[in-house]
Order: sequence, then C-alpha cells, then structure tokens
Amino acid sequence: MLKDITLGQYFPGNTIVHRLDPRTKLLAVMLYIVALFNAKSVLTYGIMAFVLALSIKVSGVKLKALTRGLKPVYIIVAFTAIMNLFFTDGTPLADVWLLRSITFEGLRQAIYMVLRIVMLIMGTFLVTYTTSPISLTDGLESLLAPLKKLHLPVHELAMMMSIALRFIPTLIEETDKIMSAQKARGADFETGSIFQRAKALVPILVPLFISAFRRADELATAMECRCYHGGDGRTALHVLHYHKRDILVLIGFVLLAAGIITLKILGL
Amino acid sequence: MEPILRVENLTHTYSAGTPFERSAVQEMELTVMPGEFLGIIGHTGSGKSTLIQHLNGLLKPTEGTVYLDGQDIWADAKNIRQVRFQVGLVFQYPEYQLFEDTVYKDIAFGPKNMGLDKDEIDRRVRQAAAFVGLREELLEKSPFELSGGQKRRVAIAGVIAMEPKVLILDEPTAGLDPRGRENILRQIRQYHKEKGNTVILVSHSMEEIAQNVDRIVVLKGARNYMEGTPRQVFSRAEELEAIGLDVPQVTRIAMALRRRGVDIDTAVYTVEELKEALLRLKGGGADA
Repeated sequence: MLKDITLGQYFPGNTIVHRLDPRTKLLAVMLYIVALFNAKSVLTYGIMAFVLALSIKVSGVKLKALTRGLKPVYIIVAFTAIMNLFFTDGTPLADVWLLRSITFEGLRQAIYMVLRIVMLIMGTFLVTYTTSPISLTDGLESLLAPLKKLHLPVHELAMMMSIALRFIPTLIEETDKIMSAQKARGADFETGSIFQRAKALVPILVPLFISAFRRADELATAMECRCYHGGDGRTALHVLHYHKRDILVLIGFVLLAAGIITLKILGL
Repeated sequence: MEPILRVENLTHTYSAGTPFERSAVQEMELTVMPGEFLGIIGHTGSGKSTLIQHLNGLLKPTEGTVYLDGQDIWADAKNIRQVRFQVGLVFQYPEYQLFEDTVYKDIAFGPKNMGLDKDEIDRRVRQAAAFVGLREELLEKSPFELSGGQKRRVAIAGVIAMEPKVLILDEPTAGLDPRGRENILRQIRQYHKEKGNTVILVSHSMEEIAQNVDRIVVLKGARNYMEGTPRQVFSRAEELEAIGLDVPQVTRIAMALRRRGVDIDTAVYTVEELKEALLRLKGGGADA
C-alpha cells in the first residue's frame, strides 16, 4: 500500500532531459501548461500530444511509470468526464433514454478534459521523474530569487521543500516499522467498522508524530551545529548554468505556447 | 520432542518483479525446541530481521513453510493474529512504538487485543511489569516521561504480557549503556528460567549471545552458515572472524595464546572458563 506513493520519486538517468537545467525544465513545463490550456481543437491537442510523446521518448522514462502516477487522480478524471458528459448544452446524441442527456458537445468536452488532465499530470511527472529533488529545489530557488526583493523568504521556502521531500521515504519506512510492531501486538487494521479502523490508527499516528518531531528537532540541532543561518551569503555546491541546449529547449517551448495561442485566436 | 517452531526451505524476495528485486532470506532452515534459549547472530543484511518476521507471520514466505507446533502458520490466513499472540516479537528500538498515555495501558494493548477480561489483563500487566523490573508506581506514569532504558522495558513488557509461547527479541540492548544492557539481559534470563518458555535472542554481538543462550545459529548473506552450542561455534572462532563477526574477548585471548604456542582450548567464551583452562594448563605440570 505504502509502496505505491510516487510523490517526489526520481528515476536517475543520463538522457538530455535529465541533463537539462532544472530551471529550464520548470519553465518549459509552465509554458507547456499554458499551451495545454489554450488547446481547443483536434489540431492543437495533436501538437501537444506529439510534444509530450517526444519528451517521454527522449527521457527514456517508461510509460508505465507515468501511468502509475495517474492512479490517485483516476477518480477526479472520471468525475470531470461524467460532469462534462451530462451537463453540457447542445445537440443530444440520440433520442433514446440516457443518450438524450448526452450531447455531442458534451462528449467532445469530456474527451478534451480527460486528455488535458492526463497530459498535464504526465508532463509534470516527467519533470519530477527526471530531476532529482535537490536540483529541483535549487532551480525553484533560483527562479524565485527576484521575489527576495519583496522580502519573500525564498531560500527558506526552498529549504523547507527539500527537507519535506527528503523525509518522505524516511517517514514511509518508519510507518511500515511501527505498523509491524503494533501488528506483532495483535493490532488489527484490516477488519471492523470505519470507526474501529480509524481508532486502530491511533497506535500508528502517535508514535509517528512523536518520531517526526524528534527528527525535526535533531535536524534543527544538526543544522545549527554546522552554522546554518538561512540564505544570506550562502553559496551553492552545484552552481546552475544555462547551456546551449537549455536555450534551444526554452525557445522551442516559447514557440509552442505562442503557436498554440495563435492557432486558438485564428480559431483552428 | 516435537519442535515448537520449524522453518523449512524459507526464501523471501523483496520487490519481486522490479529492478530492485532482492532476496533477504534464501533456503533457510531453522528448528526451535520448546523451552530452548536460542541465539541468532549475523551481520547487518544477513537476513536476521527478515527471518524472525516470518516466525510470527508478519511476512509471508515467498517460498517455504513456517510450522508452529507442527501446523503451517499460513494454512488459514485468518488465524494469523492467533500466531502473533503465541510468538511474541519485540522489534529493534521497541520504545518508538509506545503510544498510550500511561505505561499500564500500553502494556495492556496486546492482552486487550487478545480479548481477555479485565482481571486477566490486570494480572498479566502487573506480572509482565515485574518481569522487566518496572516498579508499580511507574505504571500510572506516561511512557514519555520515562528514561530510554525504562521505555524499552515497557515495550518488552508489552509483548511479555501476551504470554507468548515463544519470545523473540531483536537486538534488545541496542543503544543502551553497559549497565542497562546487563539489566535487560539479566531480566530476559530470569524470564526464561522462571517461565521455561522458548526465547530467541537476535544480536550481532557475540559476547551477548555467548553468555546467554544454549544454542547459536549463525547467518551469513541470507543463508544458514553455522549452528551449534556456543562451545561448538566458538571452536571455529577463526571462521567467525573471517566473516567479520566479533568473537568474545576471552576467546580472542585464548586464540592469541594458542598462536604463541600455548596448548590451550580456544573454545572458551566466559571469563570463568578461561580461568579454568589456564589453571588446567598450569596444574598440568608443563613449564608454561
């Protein structure tokens, strides 16, 4: 059960997608999302699907890994599809029973919606699968740096994010261990009413929270011992550099977004 | 006599079918007799923890069978909780599993899950607390106010209170100071003597194992490596050192003497035995 969590997972590799600067990937995925939300026709969706498929192919990430990431949102996808299917005005499909409330427009809308959500998630997962959490936060920090002028604690936010990502596997492992220990004392998580099952979680949650606080405390002490004092004047081990490939990729994605918007204005 | 626990041809593979596939236990065999004090020793990654989690059905074998009292424990998966009450497992650093607001309630968690009545639970909690040397007045305290060593005893009492036929302890002394270590071990010895129940002690410290158990099983690289009484195992001390396990210090002294040409039995593992062996040498009339 716990092993299905894919959040923040990274598949190391050495493709051009892996080697891109994290900032490039973040900007590219943002442009990709802008383009995706402006796609309104078969042509533009086709272009978007082609770009996504090409990126997946180049990155070497297995399609199975990407569809596995979709698992938690299946319900949302299904819900949106049904809502669009039934509640869009237009010409009904046919004049029989249930088909009366489904319109051609609704059907098209539903298909587009599902495609949009699936492509959105796949695109963003492609970035997290090919970028290590550390370089991802480095990239984020660097991109948000201008906001420091507005006194936004950018470095602290990035640090919080990398610590959170770092501790996800640790907490999963810890949960597994505590569950085993309580099971060894006869705890039962699988049977009983919802109320009983919720109550059965107490023996897991209490030790888990205590250990999370203990870890946080230890980490804070360890950071202080190494004279951590926030972002001011801090240098980085891996200094980010834009390469030629980054500029090419960025130009490509700017053109993509611009192109899709132009097509939309032209009504294609 | 029928063995109380028997493991036959046990293999366990983690993450089967993925690139991370790894066998933690391979074709392992284990027989535990009733009333025995057994030691399991091995390096990190030798499969100790995986093996013991099979003994109470926390893990299901990929291959092989675990028998408790001659019955395959997985014959009826619905009964697996009953197996867990009979084979009590104390995990490493068990103090991190405490969660109740009083020590009493935490020790009572296991017996309560067994569905016992209030008086029986009370009897077991008090008895278990006494076994691990917790004073009565601590029972009403919060477990989080106790010291590290006391917390560990509460956790061990929580398993003892289920009155399991077999008690398994995974590194019960890890992270304790020498006095705390000796205290816990003494209480476990006493528990074994008074109850006459089977106890399995898992450790990577030879010293600890040597001084407590009747029989030792040595694991190496997910497989059985050696088995026998402490004397039999320590007579092969060189092999143990070769696979990176520490032998007791007295055994090392005997081995060093032997290397220097003293004709001494190296299968000694307590100070007392070394003394005897040395006295024998002296009394033997040689000019040593």
